[in-house]
Amino acid sequence: MMGNAFIHFDNVSKAFGVMTVVDNLELAIQQGEFVSMLGPSGSGKTTLLMMLAGFEAPSSGSISVKGKRVDALPPYKRNMGVVFQNYALFPHMTVAENVAFPLKMRGVSRSETAERVGKALDMVQLGQFHERRPSQLSGGQQQRVALARALVFEPEVVLMDEPLGALDKKLREQMQMDIRDIHHRLGLTIVFVTHDQAEALTMSDRIAIFNHGKIEQIGKPSEIYDRPTTQFVAEFIGETNLLSGRVTACRNGLLDVAVEGGQQIKVASTAKFEPGEHVKVSVRPERIELAPAGGSANELSVRVSDVVYRGDHLQVIAAAASGPLVVKSTRKASAPRIGDEAVASFSPEQCWIVA
Amino acid sequence: MKALPLSKAVFGSAVVVFLMAPLFAILPLAFTDSVFLNYPIPSFSLRWFDELFTADAWRRSIINSLIIGAGTTVLATVLGTVASLGLRGRSVSLLFGFFRTVFLLPMVVPAVVLGVGMQLMFAQYGLANTYLGVIVAHTVIAIPFVVVNVTAALQGIDHRLENAAASLGAPPIVVLRRVTLPLAMPGIISGAVFAFATSLDEVVLTLFVAGPNQRTVARQMFSTIRENISPAIAAAAFLFIAGTVVIAALVYLVRRRNQIA
Ligand SMILES: Nc1ncnc2c1ncn2[C@@H]1O[C@H](COP(=O)(O)OP(=O)(O)OP(=O)(O)O)[C@@H](O)[C@H]1O
Ligand SMILES: [Mg+2]
Repeated sequence: MMGNAFIHFDNVSKAFGVMTVVDNLELAIQQGEFVSMLGPSGSGKTTLLMMLAGFEAPSSGSISVKGKRVDALPPYKRNMGVVFQNYALFPHMTVAENVAFPLKMRGVSRSETAERVGKALDMVQLGQFHERRPSQLSGGQQQRVALARALVFEPEVVLMDEPLGALDKKLREQMQMDIRDIHHRLGLTIVFVTHDQAEALTMSDRIAIFNHGKIEQIGKPSEIYDRPTTQFVAEFIGETNLLSGRVTACRNGLLDVAVEGGQQIKVASTAKFEPGEHVKVSVRPERIELAPAGGSANELSVRVSDVVYRGDHLQVIAAAASGPLVVKSTRKASAPRIGDEAVASFSPEQCWIVA
Repeated sequence: MKALPLSKAVFGSAVVVFLMAPLFAILPLAFTDSVFLNYPIPSFSLRWFDELFTADAWRRSIINSLIIGAGTTVLATVLGTVASLGLRGRSVSLLFGFFRTVFLLPMVVPAVVLGVGMQLMFAQYGLANTYLGVIVAHTVIAIPFVVVNVTAALQGIDHRLENAAASLGAPPIVVLRRVTLPLAMPGIISGAVFAFATSLDEVVLTLFVAGPNQRTVARQMFSTIRENISPAIAAAAFLFIAGTVVIAALVYLVRRRNQIA
């Protein structure tokens, strides 16, 4: 069914002993796509990458690249650039020798090697560090050498395991832009593991959210952020408010939900629900309007219980009958004060049902 | 832990004195002018070093020691390194545990037992009284030192480095040559030094398997001390110790350089 995918994980599982680390995973990646894997520690992201690179064999299922199964292909024949989580730079070689290594393996001439190594190191702003040893570099610099080494031979597929984790914010954002740029320029297919949701949101064509070896949800950043399908995803990406309640009516793509505490809200939903069914409603803090009086379809009366200064916005904790709500309040609005009575409102389109 | 600094110092010094005293007892005698190996030293000279390098028996034995030592070093280092690579990361398997034990066995088996066995066997295969025979015998007891050192060095290598090399296009043999072996080199060098030192001072096996033509310095010292206790022994001992110190210093420097790099 996904025969035309560039990379295809077909029902792949991986177990170490009795522990299943990757669980019946289906994943199709198109050529030139930038796919990020996001998920808690230990959810199997690195393991998935290592299977694609050929260092771990799937316990069951198969992996294909360009329609060909690669299960029997040793790592050195897969032609994938890999940036390892711990950089894995060769300590006995200089920075330049590290970056030249893949070119040497491919029999690139000496002069061309020198030129390409120079370019690659300039790209990661390490032009003056050719003769250093990895141990003489900072963590962020090592990470950039690893990046240069994985890109210098222009592989079709690049796997990156948290390649920017050790960089400070400014350099990190710079490198994010550089990687995006390289991705577009060379048409690379990139599988990118990260812990940083902002990074995943800015860089990816699609994001896969991992949990316990399964993909909970995969989709465009906007889909993942604006329409998380499960509670796990809603809470993992960004902040969210969860209201549990019971469906009281379901018609014309609009649900009536009685949330805990007795208030009624309306939720836009294409899915069908039976009256009486238990549901969870997710609404992002920045979608909620706090005002002295209401204005939207959904109104919850609240009392401000805390206000936290966050620089560009105020985080307001508002106690509703259904429980505390987190509200992101822009600085333009008049600042709420602790103890204020207010109405928290949001439209039916700005909240959704999660599993 | 920090209690008793005085007793610690006293005990430490006592151990050092105990270990070093024999050396300090013999070394000055290397420079004696007298024909007797005893104190007091009437006057100093280098005549016994001269003897060492000119007297035929001594000269021959030094050359033999170097030939056999070099042969042993090469053979033991190659075999021991290959064995360590083969045993690497398989500590869990019973079979490999068995092999590991076999490689280390010569460390604990009495040399006399090995010597008798080898003498019988070498006679069968025409190795008795040959250089090759002595080299093989020395290799057997030198291999454990190589295995121990190289295994430790291999354990210190992050497997992901080898994975990285493979992902960059290096087939296994290239990974071995360009990543694994260079990173294990300090251990391989220590192993080689130990192998050479083992060969140099091995007497028992040499007595069993070497003919008169393969007399090594250690063997020569052994017979000299029984026949005529000449200060040439002290001179030979001096060379041994000086050589050991130089090699140890070299190993130390190599290791340090590798650590800094
Ligand atoms: N070689 C191995 N043997 C046994 N267990 C392993 C092995 N490699 C990984 N695991 C286990 O598999 C699970 C998933 O590991 P993995 O490294 O894929 O997680 P991850 O999602 O990359 O986490 P992180 O974000 O912390 O890097 C972990 O529980 C880990 O302990
Ligand atoms: Mg990981």
